[in-house]
Amino acid sequence: MMDRLPKWADVALVPLVSLLLAAVISALVILAIGQDPMEALNVMVTGAVGSSYGWGYTLYYTTSFIFTGLAVTIAFHAGLFNIGGEGQAQLGGLGVALACLFIPWPHWSLALIGAALGAALFGAAWAAIPAYLQAKRGSHIVITTIMFNYIAASLMVFMLVDVLRPEGQMDPATANFPEATNLPTLNQIPGFSLIFTKDVPANVTFLIALAAAWAVWAILWRTRLGYQIRAFGKPGAAAQYAGINAFRITMIAMLMSGGLAGLMAINNVMGEAERLLQNSASGAGFIGIAVALMGRNHPVGVVLAAVLFGFLFQGGAELGLWTKIPIELRTVVQGLVILFTGALDYMVRIMLIRIFALFRTPTTAKGAA
Amino acid sequence: MDYATLLQLLDSTLRLGTPLLLACLAGLYSERAGIFDIGLEGKMLMAAMSAGAVAALTGSVWLGLLAAIAGSLIFAVLHGVASITFRGNQLISGVALNFLASGITVLIAQALFGQGGRTPPLTDGGRFNPITLPFAESLQGVPVLGPLYYEVISGHSILVYAALAFVPMTWWLLYRTRFGLRLRAVGENPASVDTAGVSVKGLRFAAVLITGILCGIAGAYMATALQAGFGREMTAGRGYIALAALIFAKWRPWQALGATMLFGFFQALALRPDVVESVVGRKVPVSMLDALPYVLTVLVLAGFVGKAIPPRAGGEPYVKER
Repeated sequence: MMDRLPKWADVALVPLVSLLLAAVISALVILAIGQDPMEALNVMVTGAVGSSYGWGYTLYYTTSFIFTGLAVTIAFHAGLFNIGGEGQAQLGGLGVALACLFIPWPHWSLALIGAALGAALFGAAWAAIPAYLQAKRGSHIVITTIMFNYIAASLMVFMLVDVLRPEGQMDPATANFPEATNLPTLNQIPGFSLIFTKDVPANVTFLIALAAAWAVWAILWRTRLGYQIRAFGKPGAAAQYAGINAFRITMIAMLMSGGLAGLMAINNVMGEAERLLQNSASGAGFIGIAVALMGRNHPVGVVLAAVLFGFLFQGGAELGLWTKIPIELRTVVQGLVILFTGALDYMVRIMLIRIFALFRTPTTAKGAA
Repeated sequence: MDYATLLQLLDSTLRLGTPLLLACLAGLYSERAGIFDIGLEGKMLMAAMSAGAVAALTGSVWLGLLAAIAGSLIFAVLHGVASITFRGNQLISGVALNFLASGITVLIAQALFGQGGRTPPLTDGGRFNPITLPFAESLQGVPVLGPLYYEVISGHSILVYAALAFVPMTWWLLYRTRFGLRLRAVGENPASVDTAGVSVKGLRFAAVLITGILCGIAGAYMATALQAGFGREMTAGRGYIALAALIFAKWRPWQALGATMLFGFFQALALRPDVVESVVGRKVPVSMLDALPYVLTVLVLAGFVGKAIPPRAGGEPYVKER
């Protein structure tokens, strides 16, 4: 029997079938808790993509997920599993907050550059310690990055409660950022404003996310560094014999990964909340894992998967609003997508290979063997 | 810090160290057999919800324990199917199952009780109550050891003593039985086990199921002994801390006891800002104390276990030679 799929099936069909399986099981879960899956889908579609207003939210989430998905992708290519995107994104938020609060920016465009630098720097710094420990001390990066998520959460509580909270304010958050740092939302940008007529949270950061996706593609597939990262991530010792420095690649890949996760903060902290709140990343760092796996670790796939998860996130919020289905259904779907695209892809592939084999004529089958 | 405070701290250490110990031993079986398990957290969470829900519905803590083990086993089987049968990435499978558990526990608890994803507070029959060990009261007067026995060792639920008993049992099973020898071999060199005519998949599945049972007990302890019911995300990273302890213990049972009790002590410290304050001599923000167990976990991973060598075949799916 042929043991390989045509390329198009491998690239497109495997993730789609995985998604379908995740959707079917989610529907069964909804049935099991006594709700109607068709109604749920209806609410999700109407709320997330049924109007330009819904799209304004879906694209807002998409923007965050592109960043975190790219973060996981770049680490994956170096053979590193960065589960710390959540903490790195929270630290990115801290970078954004410090840049917006303490530097008097004359215009949002300059503030955006400054805040983006702050976000990437803080996110990268938070990834640097686990990276160093992995490269030098052999501490497993999966466990250290998870620990750093918890430490980041505590650090943010400390910063927001004891340091950055203005006098007399009760909730743990920074002051509102100055007017000059507020980013234009899509309904304020000429051209986009024709489509988005109401005030939406999606903002100019969406375009930066798309640019970041292109940049990641260019770095990974068009530069010597990218080649080294991809070679280092392959099993076996080839990269070592080729003289690729393991410490250097581990550090660079993780710094870029952390930087990308941190950059997400210009979308949610600077673009939407316009102040730093607790738990600012709200799970987007973890969703990056699902987005990267679903997107087959390619920037184009990541952007598409990020739109899908943007839909899921916005649609899931609508579910929590209009139905009795808890918002945690999103986490279930997220887990299922990771399970099917990441851990059970071999199963999906075998299924597809068998199906393909059914439709093959005996002569071509013989030729393929 | 006086002796009484120390005893209180040690008492909490044992209470908080127990779920870590159970999870750590759980991970030990799986990882010794060559299957990484990041999903201890999810299995514990699933078990905690099952225990909380069934104990609340039936009023029987023992049925709750059974439900916890069953709930955890479902996730263990999923992990086994993904990583043994379909040779999937074990880390990713574990992460996926953790998310699945995080969401589905809230969904089920909400569907059953409608209390915002919690299970109702458990009353007497629904909880594991503290047991006073023999002579604990009468020996209380003995200097130093009497209070130690009464305050620290006595007065825990049966699951604490079961967890402690699992340590020598695990040691015996691993190092003194044929099953244990094969289990360790399958984690180091599965081909040799295969050549000897023993099923690699069978052994690995057995290990993963033991992991499920122990995680089930750990989760039941969380919801029915440590606390009185299930709350969302109540395991709070304990599955990961148990993994760190497992590495610190270099995948050995007695050392696992030491490592988990050390981490339990960190958690006990985090709950006592007043003690930390009096020792350090200045006020420490609570958020810093919350981070303490995690920071110390990283330090432990970075400093002392640089040379911890995991089972050699860990994380690698076994492909039979043809």
